[in-house]
This record gives sequence, C-alpha cells and structure tokens, in this order.
Amino acid sequence: MATRKSARKPNVSAEELTTYYREMLLIRRFEEKAGQLYGMGLIGGFCHLYIGQEAVVVGLEAAAEEGDKRVTSYRDHGHMLACGMDPKGVMAELTGREGGYSKGKGGSMHMFSKDRHFYGGHGIVGAQVPIGAGLAFADKYKENGRVTFAYFGDGAANQGQVYETFNMAAIWQLPVVFVIENNQYAMGTSQARSTSTKDIYHRGEAFGIPGDMVDGMNVLAVKEAGEKAVAHCRSGKGPYILEIKTYRYRGHSMSDPAKYRTREEVQKMREERDPIEQVRAMLLEGKHASEEDLKAIDKEIKEIVSQAADFSRESPEPQLDELWTDIYAEAIPQEVN
Amino acid sequence: MATEILMPALSPTMEEGTLAKWLVKEGDSVTSGDILAEIETDKATMEFEAVDEGIVGKILIPEGTEAVRVNTPIAVLVEEGEEVGEVSAPAPASPQQTAEPAAEPESTPAQASAPAAPEADLSPDWPEGTAMKTQTVREALRDAMAEEMRRDGEVYLMGEEVAEYQGAYKISQGLLDEFGSKRVIDTPITEHGFTGIAVGAAFGGLKPIVEFMTFNFAMQAIDQIINSAAKTLYMSGGQMGAPMVFRGPNGAAARVGAQHSQDYAAWFMQVPGLKVAMPYSASDAKGLLKSAIRDPNPVIFLENEILYGRNFDVPDMDDYTVPFGKARIWREGTDVTLVSFGIGMSYALEAADKLAEEGISAEVIDLRTLRPMDTATIIRSVMKTNRCVTVEEGWPQGSVGSYISSVLMTEAFDYLDAPVINCTGKDVPMPYAANLEKLALVTTDEVIAAVKHVTYR
Repeated sequence: MATRKSARKPNVSAEELTTYYREMLLIRRFEEKAGQLYGMGLIGGFCHLYIGQEAVVVGLEAAAEEGDKRVTSYRDHGHMLACGMDPKGVMAELTGREGGYSKGKGGSMHMFSKDRHFYGGHGIVGAQVPIGAGLAFADKYKENGRVTFAYFGDGAANQGQVYETFNMAAIWQLPVVFVIENNQYAMGTSQARSTSTKDIYHRGEAFGIPGDMVDGMNVLAVKEAGEKAVAHCRSGKGPYILEIKTYRYRGHSMSDPAKYRTREEVQKMREERDPIEQVRAMLLEGKHASEEDLKAIDKEIKEIVSQAADFSRESPEPQLDELWTDIYAEAIPQEVN
Repeated sequence: MATEILMPALSPTMEEGTLAKWLVKEGDSVTSGDILAEIETDKATMEFEAVDEGIVGKILIPEGTEAVRVNTPIAVLVEEGEEVGEVSAPAPASPQQTAEPAAEPESTPAQASAPAAPEADLSPDWPEGTAMKTQTVREALRDAMAEEMRRDGEVYLMGEEVAEYQGAYKISQGLLDEFGSKRVIDTPITEHGFTGIAVGAAFGGLKPIVEFMTFNFAMQAIDQIINSAAKTLYMSGGQMGAPMVFRGPNGAAARVGAQHSQDYAAWFMQVPGLKVAMPYSASDAKGLLKSAIRDPNPVIFLENEILYGRNFDVPDMDDYTVPFGKARIWREGTDVTLVSFGIGMSYALEAADKLAEEGISAEVIDLRTLRPMDTATIIRSVMKTNRCVTVEEGWPQGSVGSYISSVLMTEAFDYLDAPVINCTGKDVPMPYAANLEKLALVTTDEVIAAVKHVTYR
C-alpha cells in the first residue's frame, strides 16, 4: 500500500519505492507480453501499448483513495493493472476469451471493472472526458467525497467535448482531475503540429481551472502532483488539470512503424528518463534494495505475467450464445422481437 | 532454456512479411526493448523489438527473405553459457510448414433462431372503471417526470432551459420549484458535453433524464448516445450500462425548416442497446415515460411539438405505466391494417374515419415503442385484414415502414393480398415555404389513397 507521505526524496520509504517499482514493472512486462501475443496472432485488432508511460498511472493511483474512480481512452492496460485489476482477466480480454473482464466481448479498448471503479476503456478519442466529469457529477450528487480521474491524451485535448466539459466541470465544481497524458504524439502527429498552445494545461485558465505541468517520467513527481490535485477536488473546490509529460516507446498501435520520430529520440528517452530505471537507481543508491532483491521482484513479476499469458491462452473462447447476451439490462420479453 | 523468436504479426491483417534486415548478429546479447530486426509488411517497415533477454544463438531466417509467414521461428535466443541445440532452420517458409496464426474462431451462423410469431398482448392498459381526466401531452409528460422524481432520488433532469425558464416547451414547468436546482439542472448550450456527462452520471449510479430542446440538436451528441450509452453494457460483459432517458420533441413542427424538422425514429430504432418510444396520446406519453425512467437501459423518448398541446383522456390513477413492446389497437377493422406511431397516428386515425364513411374498415395500430417493436400485433392483424399501410413522417429510405414491410414479407407473406405501402414524408430536406412544407409531409389523403390501392378500390 502506498503511504501518504510527501514525495520529496528524503522522505520516500523503501517500501513505497519498492511498490512503485513493482507496479511499473508489472505494466512494462505485461505490455511486452501483450506485444508478443499480438505478434503470435493471439491478440487481434488494435492493441495500444503503454510502455514508457508507466509512472503516470502508478503515481496517480498512489494519490487515490479506495472508491475513487477512473476512466481513460483505448490505451488502457496500464490503468487497469495500476488500479488493481487482475492481469489474468485483462490479458484474457485481449485474447478475446471467456475469462476476460468483458467475457471477450470488449477487447483491448473496451474493458471495465465495477469492483475496481474502472469505467473504461473508451475507443472514441475524447468521449471519456465528459464521462469522467459525469462520474464526478454522480459523486457530488451523492455527496460521497469521491474523486474521478479522467485521463486523456494530447490528441484528445483538441476535441471540442473536452472544453465543453471543462466549462461544465468548472461551473458545477465537479470533483474531477483531468489528466492529460501528453506523450507528445497524437498517433503520428506531433503536438507542435496539432496544438496551438505549447502547454495544454494552460487552456484550463480560460475556464478558471487550475493546473500543473508534471514530469511524467518521475513517479514521485506524479504522485506529489496527484495528491495536490486530489486534495483540491476533495475539498470541494472543483476540477483540476494535470498535464503529465510522458513518452510512449512503442508506436501508436502495434501496426504503427513510428516513422514520424527518430530512433535516437526514442533511445535517448529510454536511456536517460526511463521511469522504472529511475526508481531502480533510487532503490540501489539509497541502499533500499540490493541487486538480488530487485532480481527477485523481476522474477516474481515475470511469473505473474507468464501466468496471465497462460490463462489468456487456456481460457476458452466465449460460448456462442454470448453473442446475444448483455444487450439489454433485462431480457426483452419473449412475446416481442 | 532456448527461446524461439517468431515472425510477428504487425497489423490486424498481416499474414506474412519480408524480413528486411537483422540489426543483431549471432552471439549478440539483447535485452528487452532492443530492436532485433526490420520487418516489411504490405503497409510499412516496422522495427521488431526483443521481449526477452538473452544471447542471439542462431538466426534461422536470413535477412532479405520474403514471404515469411507469421509465427515462423526466425531466431533462437539462448541464455549465457547455453549451447544452441539442434535447431533446424525451416526451409524457406511456406504456408504449409508454418503454424497458422491463432486459433480461428469457429464460423458461426450469426442468427439465433427467430422466435415464432406469438400471441399479441391485447390486455387493456388500465383497469375497467378507472376514472379518466383530460390532460395535454405536455401536462402528462411533466406529471410522469414529477412522479418518478418523487419516487426515486437518483432521477434528475438536465438540459437547456429546463429549470429557471421552466422548459423551452414548458414540459418541465414547476419541476425546479418542487425539486430544486440539484435535480433540475440548466445546462449550457453544449449537447455533446452534457450528454457525455449524463452518460457518466448514469455509469456512476444516477438515472438522468436528458432533455434535448429538439432531437435535431441530439445529433451533436450522437456519439455519446450510441457509442457510450447504447454499447457499454455489451462491451463490459454486463457489468455496467446507462440507465437513462433522452427525451425531447422530434420531427417536424411548423415552418422551422430543414435543420429543425427531422424525424429520427428510424435512426434510433436501428441500434441494439437502445429502446425507443414514440407516443401519440397523453396517456401513453405519461405511462411510457414513467416506464422509460424506470428502465435500466438507455431509452430514446421521441415527443412531438404539435402534439404537446393536444388533449387526451388520461387514467386518473396513482401509478400508471405502459409497458414497452406492446402496441395499442386504437380501432378494430377488417379490410386493412394501418400501422403508425407518434404524430403519424393523427393521419392514420383521420384516414380511418374517412374510409369508414366509404365502407372501408381499417384497423389502426399504434406501435407506441419502436424498439422493442410489437410486430406480433401487426402480424396478427394482417392475418385478418391481409393488407397493410404504414404511416410516418420520416423519410422513405430505411424507414420504420420499410422494416415492417420486411417483417411482413418474412412472417406473413402468404396472408398478404397486396404489397405493403409505406406512407412517409417526402425524400427531401424540409422546405420552409408553407405550401412546400405541406407537400413534404405525409397527408391523410395519401393514406386514404394507399388504402384504396391495397384494397383495389
């Protein structure tokens, strides 16, 4: 469990750092495995990997409390793992099997968990932003003190509905953290080519919504920013924007050769800024953990991912009558078609 | 332990590719994320990364090899100190020798067997002897919302001008006073955004009623209605859905031109996951709206501005609801079946009156809900009359009537003595000029002419 301490380096406990290391590594290894299964044809359709962006969700989940909600786009595997969903169920959804979170009927981009307060997994760029504000609307209506994280990318930040939502979230003081995961490329279009402002979070100023720019490769910085934003929302002051600068190492999806950026750019980011390596270095330099300790964690994570992959291959395809279930919340009476 | 590296599939449709270039050689150490090779697909050249760490023990497929099938082993990774075992390089890959990518899903006949045409539900909507009162459709809709809001604290109303202005068409008159600004909420003019917020609120456990000032404006929000509200229950494997109502006036009013006059019945009726109601009378408006608010699914509730002020008898009882999927037979007849819904009923009923004067007996069915649609009642009626004319204000191509025609062709072909005729609005954007608008709308005379045609009079 993450502690509520300040994220300033001297105060970070070994336990906390180890938790972040483990959670980020789980996402990284899970995604690598998903890429591999995609390559083997076991995962179909579109598959958008989260590799490189792990610190964003792990840092923000550390700032969340039980019962807080989250909703995101189609690049959603990391969010699901970070909020505690079972890697087996996620991987089995990727392979379209009965054991998946949506019984194989949603796929990579459309997964949900009511238990873990994860509201998707949305395939339409930007649509999750008003939905996130709506979840916050419901919480405010119920006066339950919950906060919603509505994640979207720098690409979605140019959808009109985002600004319609900013406006209403501000006038209704909704407890929602708008998280802009700025990985700098909307599919193949760089931010410079698509976005009129350099810093997207500044756009919140037009609606009176405060915001911060955050180093998304540093999990401690993300957690600290997240705590500030959550405290703002929970105290009834309305929405908050976090623009989290991050980087995806892989293409937009599995079928994207990523020719719009240089290999050097990607390599430089991996070598100098990698979020997992940063925490690893902190653990070792601070003598919080030995190489052996970390190797044991690596092994443990590898085993979890391997079991998830096995489960996703062994779980059967959905029964054929599943085609006709879950269309309506109750069956339409037999006497009408 | 040696690990085989397989030719990856790099797009949803890729079956084979060219191994353009190796970026590692035998003996190199690699770690997860290192680029191993460049692979050309029919669309692009992709870099292929290592997933596992190890030493490249053997390269099985040399660079430049074309048509390498997906899942063919292309190299072997070994651990330090491990020998490359007897790994036989496959002959230049051919489809026969390589594993097929993934298990093909069994091909399945996509249709569940259609239920046989069952008995229609002809039970009355209210108990015999119930006192009646006269109400406008407008009042009936307001009462339905007020009653359901009293009954359930999770029901709330949002939309443009629903609160302080008391409703653009005064449907929400008095609701702000009774329920307060927490539950009767004026929105900015921002359909896409507030519809999305309402969908999120429904995911979060509330039961929103979204009023569109007209359904023409709901086109701004169509993505949230279809992609978010209608599909989520299915996509989540039944975990969560959107119990909510989208309501407002639909179809032509009078002289408001093309952008304010469209009938969306056929569009929404097409979507699995949505329910669609389109009442004609005040009692149905009330009973169906109460059912819609209680329904755990997203419901499209299509009203009509011209009908708002019309008076009907409404049963004076505590909790009057009308079930979805049950048509109402307004008048029994023997010579032809007229099927309609919403304001189309005005034409159908007027036509039936006039036809009766000429000795033609028309049975008139009000569908009331289009999804689910009570086709059993239509079929039963057509088995008796052997003729059918449908009446609606929407456009002809892909109309509600064309769906009914196809159902009758399939389910009651042998009972038809004439082709089904669909009376619809004309296939034009709604004109403004009074004479042209009149021409664009379906008319009672057209319904009468269609009936005469199918009855060979």
